[in-house]
Amino acid sequence: MFICRISKILKHNATHKTLFLDLKMRAQPGQFVMVWIPGIDEIPMSLSHFGNEIAITVEKVGEATEALHNMKKGDKLGIRGPYGNGFKIVGKKALFVAGGVGIAPLLPLIKEYEGEKCVILGARNKNLLLFEDEIKKFANLYITTDDGSAGYRGFATDLAKKILMREKFDVVYTCGPEPMMKKVLDLCIKSKIPLQASLERYMKCGVGICDSCAIDGYHVCKDGPVFNESILMKLSDFGKWKRNEAGRKISIS
Amino acid sequence: MLETKIASVKMKNPLMLASGILGLTKESLEKFKDAGAVVTKSIGKKERKGYKNPVFYELSCGILNAIGLANPGIDEYIKEIKGARINLIGSIFGKNEEEFLYVAEKFKPYVKAFELNMSCPHAKKLGMEYSTRKIRETVELIKQVGKPVFVKLGVENILRRAEKAIEGGADGIVAINSIKAMAICIDVAKPVLGNKIGGYSGEAIKPIGIRCVYEIAANFDIPVIGVGGITNEKDVIEYMMAGAHAVQIGTAIYYEGEGIFKKIAKKLKRWLEENGYNSIKDIIGLALKN
Ligand SMILES: Cc1cc2nc3c(=O)[nH]c(=O)nc-3n(C[C@H](O)[C@H](O)[C@H](O)COP(=O)(O)OP(=O)(O)OC[C@H]3O[C@@H](n4cnc5c(N)ncnc54)[C@H](O)[C@@H]3O)c2cc1C
Ligand SMILES: Cc1cc2nc3c(=O)[nH]c(=O)nc-3n(C[C@H](O)[C@H](O)[C@H](O)COP(=O)(O)O)c2cc1C
Repeated sequence: MFICRISKILKHNATHKTLFLDLKMRAQPGQFVMVWIPGIDEIPMSLSHFGNEIAITVEKVGEATEALHNMKKGDKLGIRGPYGNGFKIVGKKALFVAGGVGIAPLLPLIKEYEGEKCVILGARNKNLLLFEDEIKKFANLYITTDDGSAGYRGFATDLAKKILMREKFDVVYTCGPEPMMKKVLDLCIKSKIPLQASLERYMKCGVGICDSCAIDGYHVCKDGPVFNESILMKLSDFGKWKRNEAGRKISIS
Repeated sequence: MLETKIASVKMKNPLMLASGILGLTKESLEKFKDAGAVVTKSIGKKERKGYKNPVFYELSCGILNAIGLANPGIDEYIKEIKGARINLIGSIFGKNEEEFLYVAEKFKPYVKAFELNMSCPHAKKLGMEYSTRKIRETVELIKQVGKPVFVKLGVENILRRAEKAIEGGADGIVAINSIKAMAICIDVAKPVLGNKIGGYSGEAIKPIGIRCVYEIAANFDIPVIGVGGITNEKDVIEYMMAGAHAVQIGTAIYYEGEGIFKKIAKKLKRWLEENGYNSIKDIIGLALKN
């Protein structure tokens, strides 16, 4: 584990912040780190930036993420990783489908991908859209909001369906709520396009020995978090079941 | 050459998966088909969330963990392991005999034997502080369920606790569990683990495990299953020469994955051949004689 300091904080809106940390790390887009908030908790976070400095983009949903939101420049965090497999760059034309904070692991991929890039960025409303300006520099950006306050009104998957009907892509990359990713999988199977999706499960060890993030024989921390369409199709839990801290299956809804 | 048997549990080799490493889901358990037997995660009567993260911390010669007996409870767990095609041993923890019995009865159709975890170093009375006085009656009660009973102990007071388990009719002693330990991050002046205290396992604890197995084997006539810091075939041989009839492997899976069972079994066989032994059983307790 490395102890590092928060070097810069970017406040996107009331529930999203990006914390830059003074830690050099080489990683693959889609890899994650375990973030120790001393005395509070340790949670998995995707790297939204890496290189000379790393960054995590945090949605405030509970105790640990709230503690991260309350931290100040100069405060210390523990980091272990990078963990997991990350996205594989394939083809020359890619569609990215991001729901909410799901844009975090996709952002470095959008930057590194060489070729034609089209990004669908979905959020509940205009205020919750993340990294629009940065994405525009690298890709064609389509925005969707559930309430229509910006861009296309509706779900990211509704727009993805339209785009996939009129255009051919070499690959689709997605991260966001699991029901959304499940719909993207169904679209990709129908249009016979390879897919890579980044999954979330409750993580404890982060290194594949505690079985907490098990999904149909795979471990999201080690075999994932990114899975391709041929594996996703075989995962009977995908879109349906996750496990709680005790390892009991609970329904995803 | 590697076949062995403890009580009525037949194993194709003496290498078992230690409790708590993976072992929560059927698919994970089935990955260890090259092991002689596979021990489940320790399961209790009711669902338990375990301790707060961090529950895992890597050190230079091993790892600290404080998972805290997280498990979905036996009623959920048996749905999970139903139909597992593997030589399964059910690990149980409980706060009293009644809880052990409840879990053992539910486990019975799915497992070849029970392993009573009376040694988790960070779960207080659910583990190493399970009263020595109660060990005997608990083992007696679980024996009545009708499957072999192994009792897993830690370093603390191990001979006395082993004696009680044997008086209760235990079919084997498993030694040792991880060792009560902690780490402090000096940069923030705080304990690292969520539970502050955890268990230390891996290479660093091997000499302690060897000593425990040797002392139990020297003092009592009961099969011992050695565990603690095994990473290669030489470690297995060392444990067996100390008196172990079989061994378990845990932390090494973090470094090498499930493939370690196949690899060690192969090297073990070669070592026996090269050294003129016909069976793994021939090396059990060799060091006790000297
Ligand atoms: C590989 C991976 C990458 C992630 N990347 C990001 C990211 O870039 N940005 C972001 O905002 N969030 C990310 N998350 C989700 C983030 O880890 C959780 O939102 C966070 O752990 C919530 O903790 P909490 O204490 O604030 O909330 P709680 O109130 O404890 O829980 C809220 C929700 O978060 C889940 N959660 C809590 N602890 C964990 C844990 N240890 N592991 C997994 N899920 C947990 C709970 O199951 C619950 O659904 C990622 C998760 C995974 C598995
Ligand atoms: C992450 C982890 C979880 C464990 N969980 C359990 C458990 O639930 N029950 C148990 O009896 N032992 C548990 N143990 C202890 C191991 O089974 C084993 O006794 C100990 O780790 C020493 O062996 P090793 O050095 O090969 O890991 C756990 C160990 C680790 C590392």
